[in-house]
Amino acid sequence: MRVALFLTCVNDTLYPDTGRAVVKLLERLGVDVDFPSGQTCCGQAHYNTGYRHGAEPLARHFAEVFAGYDAIVTPSGSCGAMVRELYPRMGARARAEGRGESLTRALAPVVPKTYELTEFLVDVLGVTDVGAYYPHKVTYHPTCHGLRSLGLGERPTRLLAQVRGLELVELPGAEECCGFGGTFSVKNPDVSAAMGLDKVRAAESTGAGVLCAADNSCLMHIGGTMTRLRSGMRPVHIAEILASTEEEQLT
Amino acid sequence: MSSRDVILNRIRRALNGSPGASDGPGGSGAPGAEEPVDRSYLTEHGARSTEETVELLAENLADYRAIVHRSDADGLAELLARLLAVRGARSVVVPPGLDASWLKAADPVRVHDRAELTPQQLDEVDSVVTGCAVAVAETGTIVLDGSPDQGRRRSTLVPDHHICVVRVPDQVVSSVPQALQRLDPVRPLTWISGPSATSDIELDRVEGVHGPRTLEVVLLSGA
Amino acid sequence: MTHTFVGMPAFPKAAHDAVRDTTLRGNLRHATHTIRAKRAKAVAELEDWERLREAGKQIKDHTLRHLDRYLVQLEESVTRAGGTVHWAADADEANRIVAGLVRATGEREVVKVKSMATQEIGLNEALAEEGITAYETDLAELIVQLGDDRPSHILVPAIHRNRGEIRDIFARTMSEWGRPAPDDLTDTPAELAEAARLHLREKFLRAKVGISGANFMVAETGTLVVVESEGNGRMCLTLPETLISVVGIEKLVPTWRDLEVFLQTLPRSSTAERMNPYTSMWTGTRDGLTGEGDGPRNFHLVLLDNGRTDTLADEVGRQALRCIRCSACLNVCPVYERAGGHAYGSVYPGPIGAILSPQLRGTASEIDASLPYASSLCGACYEVCPVAIDIPEVLVHLRERVVQGGPVTRRGAKVTLQPAKGHAAERAAMRAAAFAFTHPGALAAGQRLAARTRRFHPRRLPGPGRAWSDSRAVPKVPAEPFRDWWRRTRGETGGDR
Repeated sequence: MRVALFLTCVNDTLYPDTGRAVVKLLERLGVDVDFPSGQTCCGQAHYNTGYRHGAEPLARHFAEVFAGYDAIVTPSGSCGAMVRELYPRMGARARAEGRGESLTRALAPVVPKTYELTEFLVDVLGVTDVGAYYPHKVTYHPTCHGLRSLGLGERPTRLLAQVRGLELVELPGAEECCGFGGTFSVKNPDVSAAMGLDKVRAAESTGAGVLCAADNSCLMHIGGTMTRLRSGMRPVHIAEILASTEEEQLT
Repeated sequence: MSSRDVILNRIRRALNGSPGASDGPGGSGAPGAEEPVDRSYLTEHGARSTEETVELLAENLADYRAIVHRSDADGLAELLARLLAVRGARSVVVPPGLDASWLKAADPVRVHDRAELTPQQLDEVDSVVTGCAVAVAETGTIVLDGSPDQGRRRSTLVPDHHICVVRVPDQVVSSVPQALQRLDPVRPLTWISGPSATSDIELDRVEGVHGPRTLEVVLLSGA
Repeated sequence: MTHTFVGMPAFPKAAHDAVRDTTLRGNLRHATHTIRAKRAKAVAELEDWERLREAGKQIKDHTLRHLDRYLVQLEESVTRAGGTVHWAADADEANRIVAGLVRATGEREVVKVKSMATQEIGLNEALAEEGITAYETDLAELIVQLGDDRPSHILVPAIHRNRGEIRDIFARTMSEWGRPAPDDLTDTPAELAEAARLHLREKFLRAKVGISGANFMVAETGTLVVVESEGNGRMCLTLPETLISVVGIEKLVPTWRDLEVFLQTLPRSSTAERMNPYTSMWTGTRDGLTGEGDGPRNFHLVLLDNGRTDTLADEVGRQALRCIRCSACLNVCPVYERAGGHAYGSVYPGPIGAILSPQLRGTASEIDASLPYASSLCGACYEVCPVAIDIPEVLVHLRERVVQGGPVTRRGAKVTLQPAKGHAAERAAMRAAAFAFTHPGALAAGQRLAARTRRFHPRRLPGPGRAWSDSRAVPKVPAEPFRDWWRRTRGETGGDR
């Protein structure tokens, strides 16, 4: 099986550790993973801010770059949802605008092959115990697009529950949005910050030292809020926890 | 052009080109030919015996603060007399077609809801006793349809105390879909689920606003 | 009189103050969290919820596809039952019709059932100009009217007020409108409800004209349905001689049977009850079809367009017309919870308001152009919607309308919107990003530049970046982007295209 890592533009630029963790984790599980370096961005920010037409060439580029792979794995619930939920919608809108089937046809092949990381682990590889070791108290925040668009359900927490040394504690109001929302975070900074603050307070109330999620953009917002609040907690992407082993512990 | 025509034309233009929609100035084609509504939802929730359905009605009525009593035909007159006496009712509205035997033991002055009766006069009456058209077990609802044993809508609204007699099991259905099937849409209908209430203060339910603050339901069996 | 929303600032500005109002935040948090848990429980009782939701969606979509036909059928049914049907293309026309009908009765006051449609058209203010006083009789509407306030929630317009504030409003103002509040009024909800009961009772008993909206209209029978809790609706619908109902044209369902879906989904979504305390259904007048002398002698139905047909013309946006005004989306919305209803600048606040107001009113004003952005697109609203309106989808669609412009329908005419001003810098940035994202070499160059200059990145950003860094730390740019690490350790694959 030819597996491609779709890291996402945010992770590539700002969170390379997450990328390295995904590679390490998948290779440990025997997956031969490739990083097609032509990859850029799925177009989500354009699409969700109202620039659907601007997102179309990005989507076409994505489909070209990842065309030859059997599976496309991404450590981001929202970018995964962009491909799986919104690429078909973009095609349908283009058709409604009288531009025919071309976009739909171009995007269709990558849609069913795109998996969010925890989906790929649980559904495709069929593992929940990935042999990880992470001796910390952790609370998990299900990010919105993973939760509601992809329906990740209990996959992430099933994976975390199998991590040796990890104590998983429930996050109060877990399913409430953290307030990131892409450009929402700068277009409505007051509401976004208020939501982030409440999320951090809820996380702190668990007594956990780590807040884990499957989306670094949300963690950038939550973590940025934690820094400003001088919170003792830190944000960690789930891939980095799952990649951590007794021999090679995450620092 | 009348506003009627303006609006209808706007609708036709808005739908122009939509699948299955309006087809020109004459109006849309006959609906129903295209995809029907998927009604695979349930006609009732859960399997229950007749007795269990009546029991569920009693539970749900009580859950929304209706006071539930049970009686057979022989005990009804005494029960109603007692409920009115306990309430201290001096007068009671009696719908024109209410079974005369029901109130034969009751003391309060009978008031008939004649057309000349003003709302203010009706407001002086303490209680009202009615039958009902149908009762819905799953929601704890009684429905009045203005039949002669139930009277006009206002007579079960203005007095502060309503006693409603439900013949069980005949008048009890399980669910909302079953209730609608039994009802005649042309009649004035009032669905009542507990005494009047409001959630307007901090989204928390409080009983007792403009409608009757006390609702008593008598489940009458064997009649 | 209720204030109108003219001249509202954009959402972010209005929300800026609301977020800092700790009383408001507390009130909203308490109320929305109370109802959230209850709704979830009421919905979980019905194992076929998803099927009811799908059926509700289909019934509404079907009705909209044949709206002209069903409206004509409704008109025939209502007329046959003794009612009179009026058609109003916009708010002004609806207000003129209602004022004329009230004037014809010779009355100077009316009692009102809570109605979103009459709020939307500003009926109370229009009647006041004609010297007619409209008394709101729903408890929350009464609180808003007495407090000279604006509604902030679809179901509970005074949700922004807590019990203490309500007590103070009643004690201070009831005497100006009629029967004063009891001297010893406390802030217990039961006492507040009792005060409202006493205050309004004399108005109900003497009222000759009632004004309502409707939750549903049944085309085949001409039946109107009002769903309520307090009994004020029953008072207004049955005691007056004349009843005037102002109803949006989308409130239609084709058949009597269709009610079996919505009478299950609406109460559970709205007040989290198996069934609301009172539902009234009437067909025409007291002497119409049954001839039994029950209810008003005269019944007028005013069918309201006011932007609905324009909304219908938009293939993506028209799903907003499925809305049954349950307000579940408000109660679950994290943005609504923090910004409050007033920030939305409309009688329709919350997620549904953010897609309804810019469609009914257009996106020309500052507030309406900002509403599609008043969401983090978390999707909680869509999840709870009992008619499955994909609110995030419509929000994004309306964002497109704001930044890209394009064809829309206004007052029945097709027009082409220009892209909104104020988004020029953003458009340029999006174009630049799109270039980099289709040219991986350019992207990689940008990433390397960012990495090389990382020591000089400020901890707080200037200009528009402050919107981020005022409340959140700026992420540190790593020494090398992932793609460089990959190339360095694994060699070239795929290539920069």
